Amino acid sequence: MLMNLFKFKGGVKPPTNKTQSVGLPIAQAPLPSSLIVPLHQSIGGTPRPVVQAGDKVLKGQLIGEADGWISAAVHAPTSGTVRAVAMHVQPHPSGLDALCVVIEPDGRDEWIDRQPLDYSALSPEEVRERLQQAGVVGLGGAVFPTHGKLTASKTVPMDELVINGAECEPFITCDDLLMRERAEEVVRGVGIFRDLLQPKKVLIGIEDNKPEAAAAMRAAVQAVGETFEVIQVPTLYPAGGAKQLIRVLTGKEVPASKRSTDLGVQCFNVATAYTAWRAVAHGEPVVSRLVTLSGNVQAPRNYEVLIGTPMGELLQLAQPQPDTDGIIMGGPMMGFLVPDANAPVVKATNCLIAHSAQLFPPKAPEMPCIRCGSCAQACPHELQPFEMYWFSRAKNFGKTQEYHIFDCIECGCCSFVCPSRIPLVSYFRFAKSEIWAREREKKAADTAKERFEFKQLREEREKAEKAEKLAKAAAAQAAKKAAEAAAAAAAENAPPADAPAPTTEQTVPVDAGMDAKKAAIEAAMARAKAQRAAAQPRNTELQDAAMQQEVAEIEARRAAAHLTDTEATTPAPAKEKTE
Amino acid sequence: MEILLAIAIMALGAIVLGAALGFASIKFKVEGDPLVEKIEAILPQTQCGQCGYPGCKPYAEAIANGEEINKCPPGGSEGVQRLADLLGREVKPLDAEEKPKAVALIDENTCIGCTLCIQACPVDAIVGAAKQMHTIVAALCTGCELCLPPCPVECISMETIGENIDNWKWKYPVVEIRPELRQAAASQEAA
Repeated sequence: MLMNLFKFKGGVKPPTNKTQSVGLPIAQAPLPSSLIVPLHQSIGGTPRPVVQAGDKVLKGQLIGEADGWISAAVHAPTSGTVRAVAMHVQPHPSGLDALCVVIEPDGRDEWIDRQPLDYSALSPEEVRERLQQAGVVGLGGAVFPTHGKLTASKTVPMDELVINGAECEPFITCDDLLMRERAEEVVRGVGIFRDLLQPKKVLIGIEDNKPEAAAAMRAAVQAVGETFEVIQVPTLYPAGGAKQLIRVLTGKEVPASKRSTDLGVQCFNVATAYTAWRAVAHGEPVVSRLVTLSGNVQAPRNYEVLIGTPMGELLQLAQPQPDTDGIIMGGPMMGFLVPDANAPVVKATNCLIAHSAQLFPPKAPEMPCIRCGSCAQACPHELQPFEMYWFSRAKNFGKTQEYHIFDCIECGCCSFVCPSRIPLVSYFRFAKSEIWAREREKKAADTAKERFEFKQLREEREKAEKAEKLAKAAAAQAAKKAAEAAAAAAAENAPPADAPAPTTEQTVPVDAGMDAKKAAIEAAMARAKAQRAAAQPRNTELQDAAMQQEVAEIEARRAAAHLTDTEATTPAPAKEKTE
Repeated sequence: MEILLAIAIMALGAIVLGAALGFASIKFKVEGDPLVEKIEAILPQTQCGQCGYPGCKPYAEAIANGEEINKCPPGGSEGVQRLADLLGREVKPLDAEEKPKAVALIDENTCIGCTLCIQACPVDAIVGAAKQMHTIVAALCTGCELCLPPCPVECISMETIGENIDNWKWKYPVVEIRPELRQAAASQEAA
């Protein structure tokens, strides 16, 4: 296995703290008292709930269906009764609530009818759909729906498929144990990805502090009869970042503006490959995952945990020390303090670390930046964190983007090395979320402007159309009048009964000697008068036949009682009848 | 003779430069007022008319002609700040109280289907027909409140958009001054 490895710039070597939790094999966590399954666990659309409070569900039954292509389904982690579909606190730094399905387990842990598939008989589309239906997402931490990454680029040939088993964050050992104990299924899962993407090479990268995992994977690759290369990469945080591992194994650098497929590389986590294999070959959707329990505990260990298990309840398995004062989800570099111990385990939860002031001493106050440049040397993306820090601090967000803040993966190397203890990543997160919020606002404003302008345009157009209609009607009338006048002129000697408007008989004294022009003017005036009379408001537009009849009856009574002048109020049709 | 030559050269120069300027003024003519566009880009496009102008563009034009910059409540004090930065004017406190962002909500039991709100909505965010229940497309609603006054049965209310996981933002890092942190700093310095 003589392969030339590449290097990425920067990186740090924090104490790994991995040995504590690798001593014991993976254990099955017992059923918790209730399971709180958040619907939105992956990137993309929020799945729509398909169960209601009171429904009986089986293990693996669909409870949230994918909304759109970039979205993955959510399933019941065990059999039981749906207690509620309600808001519940999330494992998110905000501590805010989101929609969850709360399931009370019945203790039987009864599966739905699982249908294993022979994926070699299926089309790639069917395999991708199966993965989406099974809720397979990237378990390395980004939780991007896996099926969305399994379409090969049409223009760029797929050179390398990188499988990420580096697991560089301190304390976390769940991928290590997975590879040691379930290597064969991981390799078979990688086989699915290989068949869908058709890469030239498959590279499995494992940090060289996990020799047992690498050996197990090599043995499994041979046992399955594949040609994947298992490569041990130097232990250097953050070698497990997708872009860093791609850099180390292939020498390619993926900029923020491009996807790795544009460069002919795709990257998956080992646990994702494992769940993909379980989903396809065993018909099991993602209802559990491996979670490392470590930190300030007496019995650190890896557990197979059902999605939705409350974190506080889960951590009790590892017997936290009495001075534990919080739970960190993820590692100490990129993880965050969970705001509420009732938050559930989700697909992104790879590790829970019991926090104590002794294990993680409170950081001393931030001091001014001395421009030492250590952060720039530590940055694995060759960014200039100190520059981004100035501009984030000054809320000059345009400048932070000029310094490529969106290339930052928030790995925390810069904060780790900063001699002034500046929480650099916090500033970058602040700047990024402000930029996103502004972009959202800008988009909303643009949509509103466009819609407002369209409404104005439409109103103008309607006005113009109305005016045009009126003009047309007027022109038609004028033409008619001219014709009538001509007729009147032609029939100069005819009796006045031939005059155009029926009501003009009395009002227009038609002189036989009058010339045609004068007759036309008189006729027009008379017509206008008649029209005015006809245009008296009568409120008859919205009446139906019954109402009209009623009105007619009332009018008849009024006329009989000589209360009104029939001439003024009788509707037009009646007038015609009177002729 | 020399003086005539000098005059001729100067005249020629003047003609050439004049032609160039004339050509440039036609070729590089800027349509519309770029300042108005810049101002309009800052305004929130709610089209609410709370500034006293019938829409954001008329207000942008008015600002360009010297109108006050603090008359846009949806833009908030941040909007005033950005306008002041753009125009080099003094920042003034907002001429109205600042409200949190909200969307209109129709109480569908009370709605009588009069279509008055549909006509009032500047961004066509209300769907419905005569004598049919109306509803608001929340994603398009700008929260301008223009639908509130025409409603004859007062069935429209404004619902504040609270913080949720999708719009939550990381806060500006602040230095917490706590005694234990000071002690930690002191011990670190001692070590």
